[in-house]
Amino acid sequence: MHRVVITGAGTVNALGHDVADTLEAMREGRCGIGALDFQDVDRLSIKIGGQVRGFEAEGRYNRQQMSLYDRFTQFTLAAAKEAIAQSGLTFTGERAAKSGVVLGTAGGGVSTWDANYRSVYEEGKNRVHPFVVPKLMNNAAASHVSMEYNLKGPSFTVSTACASSNHAMAQAFQMVRSGMAPAMVTGGSESMLCFGGVKAWEGLRVMSKDACRPFSANRNGMVQGEGAGVFVFEEFEHARARGADILCEVVGFAMSSDAADIVMPSKNGAARAMEGALADARINADQVGYINAHGTGTAANDKTECAAVADVFGPHADKLMISSTKSMHGHLIGGTGAVELLACIMALRDGIIAPTIGYEEPDPECALDVVPNEAREAKIDVALSNAFAFGGMNAVIATRRI
Amino acid sequence: MSVQDKVIEIVAEQAVLEPGDVHLDSTLEDLGIDSLGLVESIFAIEEEFDISVPFNANEPTKSDFDISTVRSIIAGIETLIADQKA
Repeated sequence: MHRVVITGAGTVNALGHDVADTLEAMREGRCGIGALDFQDVDRLSIKIGGQVRGFEAEGRYNRQQMSLYDRFTQFTLAAAKEAIAQSGLTFTGERAAKSGVVLGTAGGGVSTWDANYRSVYEEGKNRVHPFVVPKLMNNAAASHVSMEYNLKGPSFTVSTACASSNHAMAQAFQMVRSGMAPAMVTGGSESMLCFGGVKAWEGLRVMSKDACRPFSANRNGMVQGEGAGVFVFEEFEHARARGADILCEVVGFAMSSDAADIVMPSKNGAARAMEGALADARINADQVGYINAHGTGTAANDKTECAAVADVFGPHADKLMISSTKSMHGHLIGGTGAVELLACIMALRDGIIAPTIGYEEPDPECALDVVPNEAREAKIDVALSNAFAFGGMNAVIATRRI
Repeated sequence: MSVQDKVIEIVAEQAVLEPGDVHLDSTLEDLGIDSLGLVESIFAIEEEFDISVPFNANEPTKSDFDISTVRSIIAGIETLIADQKA
């Protein structure tokens, strides 16, 4: 068993187009959620989201690339560029042959589906661009990262709704820990903020029309975001030998399946995933200082998650901090765990705990320290990142300061 | 068909019951309709009457749309039809 560390991080999301801007926004408790801006938004009843602003594909990517890169791939490539540049790794020879890329996404090229359905159904066209399929496929982003950086080892895409990124990073972690790969590029992305993407979510009636207020008694639903988070997971000795800057260690993970309901969360499933991650990392519950919550801001998730934390941590649940950064960047669905891992890195490395903003009223069913509204300084050693998906598929990652 | 009969038909279909087994005093719980079944019923009602029902599953009791019994649901729909068709 090898130790696994993170040596590079990159992101694009509603809070910033890189890690530095994103972490600054989290420190300041800034909200990236605002009015949605795209075609036919006036026909939606949900008109807010954590949309990425000012990210122009033109200028970043050439015409040929643009015809192949859906927005979720564009976000991924920008985040991967930042992460791999920070790691300082280049992929040649045996390292290239063994290193790969595992990414999460729930929907893949949703806006490509949307635009082309509009073209053939609404506009009555009978011809679509020849690259529609390679542009919208769920593994497009992972494939383009592999091509751009010469990653020739195990590469694929994981899709488990809101837990996709955590499941993807768990796979990458296992590959590095087992010695199968010296390094893996991993994380996830999502871009569902288009008419069809939001319209589908409206149907469930779980979206908020005004704000994402996790754990607050007056919370009224989730708010969607978009973007990507990408990391370089590297074997510890490999990183140390080349003098790499280590952001934190990934020490364990666990997955569980509720096997119960297609949308309602389960306390037991969530608790088993957290307990499993602690056991895998050989960490006692009382060593955990911070949990980045799944914290969607729905009535059901937040109370279930808090009850699960209380079960797993016992009296220590009242001492640890738990926050939901979805209040700031929205719910990135398949990309959310990746962006949220940044809050764990900030907690471990900088000693700053990202807040849960929009918190207005205590809820007795969420009676934990949710770091309301303002970031907090605290030295912590271990942080967990929770992701609990529709379909009852849960994945929790444990990280440690190094 | 009256609004009442149509709503009972929709609710009965969701509950996998005969319309005669759905009473005005029945609650959704009595009928075995869970949160997903409720959201589906509201969708069917919106489609049937071409109205928009203000219902957020996160705060079912805060909505003006009272779902406590079949009777209250019918009354709510009649109000919405009157308001939205006016």
